[in-house]
Amino acid sequence: MTQSILFDIPGPRAARRNRIVGVVGAVVVLGLLGLVVYGLRDQLSPQMWAPFLSPDTWQYYVYPGVFMTLQAALLSVVLASALGLALGIGRLSHNRLVGWVSAVFVEFFRSVPVLMMMLFAFYVALFTLRLPGDILPIFGVVVGLTLYNSCVMAELIRSGVHSLPQGQREAGLAIGLTPGQTLWSVLLPQAITAMLPSLVSQLVVILKDTALGYLITYPDLIRSMQNLSAVKGNLVTAFIVAALIFILINYSLTSLAHWLERTLGGRRAGPGAVMRTGLAMDPDLEADAGRAT
Amino acid sequence: MLDLVREYDVLGAFWVTVQLTVYAAVGSLVIGTVIAILRVSPVRIFSWAGAMYVNVVRNTPLTLIVFFLFFCLYQLLGWHLAPLSARSSTHAFVWGVVGLSLYHASFVAEALRSGINTVGVGQAEAARSIGLDFGQSLREVILPQAFRGAIAPLGNTMIALTKNTTVVSTIGVAEASYAMKNAIEFSPNVLYLIFAVMSLGFVVLTLPMGVLFTQVSRRLAVQR
Repeated sequence: MTQSILFDIPGPRAARRNRIVGVVGAVVVLGLLGLVVYGLRDQLSPQMWAPFLSPDTWQYYVYPGVFMTLQAALLSVVLASALGLALGIGRLSHNRLVGWVSAVFVEFFRSVPVLMMMLFAFYVALFTLRLPGDILPIFGVVVGLTLYNSCVMAELIRSGVHSLPQGQREAGLAIGLTPGQTLWSVLLPQAITAMLPSLVSQLVVILKDTALGYLITYPDLIRSMQNLSAVKGNLVTAFIVAALIFILINYSLTSLAHWLERTLGGRRAGPGAVMRTGLAMDPDLEADAGRAT
Repeated sequence: MLDLVREYDVLGAFWVTVQLTVYAAVGSLVIGTVIAILRVSPVRIFSWAGAMYVNVVRNTPLTLIVFFLFFCLYQLLGWHLAPLSARSSTHAFVWGVVGLSLYHASFVAEALRSGINTVGVGQAEAARSIGLDFGQSLREVILPQAFRGAIAPLGNTMIALTKNTTVVSTIGVAEASYAMKNAIEFSPNVLYLIFAVMSLGFVVLTLPMGVLFTQVSRRLAVQR
């Protein structure tokens, strides 16, 4: 690690200086935080937290919100995986037309903000498909998230297959498999195993992006917290609880991804270590992985 | 199509998007660099605070951060960063830039940390052995190389930032997605054309950025 190389193990004098700097820094940071808390003191008073002590709040606001957020995220991740696999295979296909169509699809939808795709899907459902009003929001959220994330997954699959040793494909062809069979039974299983940590990190991105459904009236966690605060007048504490829930879920997912990376990392050999770039854990960076390569 | 562009001031909306992107890019680069330095610093409480910031911000939806700043700090507490006399859209714009900067700073910090990890161990050892202290070796030797190594992930962050500016339409900043929603609601019969125009705008913004960052990162890559 460069990190520990950047400085010597501190001697007594440096240790003392570091401690002083640390204390001063901590005082400054805590002072700034204290200023924010002081500004928010009315909003953080016990009666603002009181609604979270009653089971009704959890039953009617928190749990439904968490459920709706998870529902949209899980639906999107399943659909995006299926579509992403198809697009990834399409881009690897030897058929020019299929490859070209998949490439244009992926490059286009990766460049468009998720929020715009949600709005578009919402209005298509409203004006063209004439879907009933109650499924419009979830349709918009899931279609928007699916379109974007399938492109990310297609890119992950493509870069995963490309980074496998050339010998894998050659071996598959040499034992008489067709190119399609080689891809399906030799290359893809390895590529998908290698990209598993990134897939889990992508789940964090999807979960965060469900919050965009707010604009098309999807009743996700943030909206239900806002509804709660409309009744109880505790916007600040409601947002803090929402943030804590998101951080809890996402941090667990990120840790799972780290763990997967470590466990799978040891098993793979050769230059196939796609995800050992150290960036694998940055969901938004990963979301655009492949663009820079 | 030109009528459409003129009627809904598409260019004006994209100009707001560009401004949001540029201001937030500068803001997130500054904050992100500070966080990255904190994370690698020898003072333990600093590195802990840096890691804490990244973990908290990265796992919170941008929408929630922007809402907290705008609804809680601005509307509820009346904290204003623009002069009080400014229009409410200006206040939303400024708080939007702050939210985007704070959120993307965590990704910038991670990109820089990965950049620092690409700098060879020998560089840091050499810097120290000629007598540079932590600040000097960071400033003169490590960070210049780390920035060069971090250009590709930084570029990805900037592209993500460009697209994420749409999120501030939720607090009423009239940028591209706001204009799109507006246009669709008034002219639903040309829904597909509107989406095509607006998404093309983003392709035009982000595609050259991707090409540029790839080229720059290749050209500036540290030879080893």
